[in-house]
Amino acid sequence: MSKAPKKKEPLTIEQKITRRTLLSLGTLVALDVIGFGIWKVLRKESYKDGVQKTLRKGLDVNEKIFGNTFSKGRKAKEYSVSEAAKNVRVNGHVGLDDATDNWILKVVRPQGASLSISLDQLKALPKTEVIFDFKCIEGWSQVSHWGGVRFSDFVKAFDLTAESAMNYVGLQTPDKQYYVGIDMPSAMQEQTILAYEVNGAPLPQEHGHPLRLIIPVKYGIKHLKRIGTISFSNDKPADYWAERGYDYFSGL
Amino acid sequence: MKRIVPKHHLAIRWFHWVNFPMLTIMIWSGLLIYWAHDVYHISIGKTTVFKFFPKGLYQSLGIPHHLAEGMAYHFLFMWAFILNGILYVAYTLVSGEWRHLWPERTSFREAWQVVLYDLHLRKEQPSFDKYNAAQRIAYTAIIFMGMGSVITGFAIYKPVQLNWLCALCGGYEAARLEHFILVIGYCLFFLVHIFQVIKTGWNNFRGMVAGFEVVNDPDPLPTTTNETYEQSA
Repeated sequence: MSKAPKKKEPLTIEQKITRRTLLSLGTLVALDVIGFGIWKVLRKESYKDGVQKTLRKGLDVNEKIFGNTFSKGRKAKEYSVSEAAKNVRVNGHVGLDDATDNWILKVVRPQGASLSISLDQLKALPKTEVIFDFKCIEGWSQVSHWGGVRFSDFVKAFDLTAESAMNYVGLQTPDKQYYVGIDMPSAMQEQTILAYEVNGAPLPQEHGHPLRLIIPVKYGIKHLKRIGTISFSNDKPADYWAERGYDYFSGL
Repeated sequence: MKRIVPKHHLAIRWFHWVNFPMLTIMIWSGLLIYWAHDVYHISIGKTTVFKFFPKGLYQSLGIPHHLAEGMAYHFLFMWAFILNGILYVAYTLVSGEWRHLWPERTSFREAWQVVLYDLHLRKEQPSFDKYNAAQRIAYTAIIFMGMGSVITGFAIYKPVQLNWLCALCGGYEAARLEHFILVIGYCLFFLVHIFQVIKTGWNNFRGMVAGFEVVNDPDPLPTTTNETYEQSA
């Protein structure tokens, strides 16, 4: 009375266990291989401005997010004079080779003649002091005390209001070796100054004598020393560290 | 008689296995960043006992001089890490899975017994349902650690725009240290986790891969009918 065995026996519990385990393990391994493949492609991608293309895109997306939500009202914390470091840290000498004394600040306007501004002209404007925690992109920070002309005051005093409606400010050292680009809202924030003093004394050579940028809403890489030229544009000006893999925005 | 018992839902397994590489990338890229200003160390008096990190470790992992790259990776993958974490927490809340994970009033006392049992200093294993008391605490704590990493991370990333968050962390330098300590926490968690997974064995590990466990029910004795046997602990 025995029947012929069916073509398809129902799976035994052992078979079920094995099948489901292998299927899941196989899926996990396959996903791992795909993930690892994507990772390898990302690592070996060609570079755009010193970093893999996709990573550069990521930085640009972050720039959009934090640029668009940037609030000028948010200020970097300020400290008292006694909290400021006496020995202000020096980190980088690019662009400081040209140490001639006949310094003059050149302001390039998209329309109209360029301006040549002397240090005395800047010093005649109201002085703003900023004591804040200077933050280096390397990770260290130091409370330091700077004095100079608020960038927004400078813009008003030299009738650069039309220029300040543009998207970016570009700054360059006299020898053109170091250059940064700053988005206008950050430049016009009230703590951004064209500094000619540190701890109440004129800037020494290594801190960018005679004039440097102090912009507490950005990492130190944007605080260009020894400003030679200031320009205005709607396109991003060239930026020394952004060409070397760093975030262009570098906003804090 | 063997039985297949569902253990971890596909969503849980997905979040777990996505989190692993994401966190690895975050820690690795974080190390690339930390290297540029690697000031932390453990010292007794004036003697440095351990420096984070020894040169050999940096060299073997190819860490030095990759700050820009580290930041680029860190600030891209942070979004994936955060998103995965949010989805995981949302899933546990919506599905009710959190009930298995959130520590109970007795968990803190029981967790100690679990530790003693794991160290072979106690014979009976404390009873538990899906996760034991120590697991409940560990798996809940790791979520708060993740939140801590995101909070301290943003405090360092945007200390001016999010100055209130930075202040909440005790300032910029404090936030950086907290961010770092949490990473050490993840590494310790990882070590214990791997040890426990190996110790607990294949059936448990398969639960996180295939989603089920195999339970061996004792075969019914011939003299009894329609009686269910409860598995003794």
